[in-house]
Amino acid sequence: MNLTLILFVVLAAVAATSAVGLLVSRNTVYAALFLILNFATVAVFYLLLGAPFIALAQVTIYAGAIMVLFLFVIMLLGSERLPKGQVLPWQRPMAIVLAAVLLVEAVFLLFQRLQLTATLANPEASVNTTAALQDLAKMLFNQYLLPFEVTSVLLLVAMVGVIVLTKKEKGEPG
Amino acid sequence: MSQTIPLSWYLAISALMFAMGTLGVLIRRNPLIIFMSIELMLNAANLAFVAFARSFGVPTGQIFVFFVMTVSAAEVAVGLALIIIIFRNKHSIDVDLMNSLKG
Repeated sequence: MNLTLILFVVLAAVAATSAVGLLVSRNTVYAALFLILNFATVAVFYLLLGAPFIALAQVTIYAGAIMVLFLFVIMLLGSERLPKGQVLPWQRPMAIVLAAVLLVEAVFLLFQRLQLTATLANPEASVNTTAALQDLAKMLFNQYLLPFEVTSVLLLVAMVGVIVLTKKEKGEPG
Repeated sequence: MSQTIPLSWYLAISALMFAMGTLGVLIRRNPLIIFMSIELMLNAANLAFVAFARSFGVPTGQIFVFFVMTVSAAEVAVGLALIIIIFRNKHSIDVDLMNSLKG
């Protein structure tokens, strides 16, 4: 048992628990907070995998911007709680069975392809974090420059689209 | 530092998070929680991307994660706007009430 292994096991437990918390919490605000915890855990996973830029982007974009937007809408709509009651009585057990089947399939296929002994190929590759970051930046702004610019247009389209969608028509009540 | 942790463990965590997200989409009736479950599934996919990028020693996987994050930011903005419009029309956001194509 070394430190990394202990850290991984604890983080995995926190990630799984917060995902379950997202599923079972009745209050939507609590669900959002569980999801933020999950995102933070995944950010630490990224650090363990030697991807500091992605880890920081995860914290700022996901845990910061996106979840603040979620909390804002939850409180704007006042939809912290919805009334209980299932319309379809067999929906929940059926969903649990289907999700379990999906999990077994995914784990089986991944492990069948990779074997249980597959390890991270070159562990020393990104020990030099600065060089890895430079590689990432060079790749992003040379080979992937066009997709990068297209995503900026996509963000602009999303922004304009949201403004158009939520704008009230003239004379429309409320 | 992390050579002691096999790639398959990361993939197992990723698969577990993805299955949880699917379960959330299937069993919850609050569209906001369904939406958050979709974000959870995107995160699971991102984790697998970064684990594979580390395993193969190329940064391409990290670049794709960056693009996935950008697209999901746009997706969240549009999706929440749609939820707000549905609330404005129906005065509730229960997914069981969203059963008509025309407002």
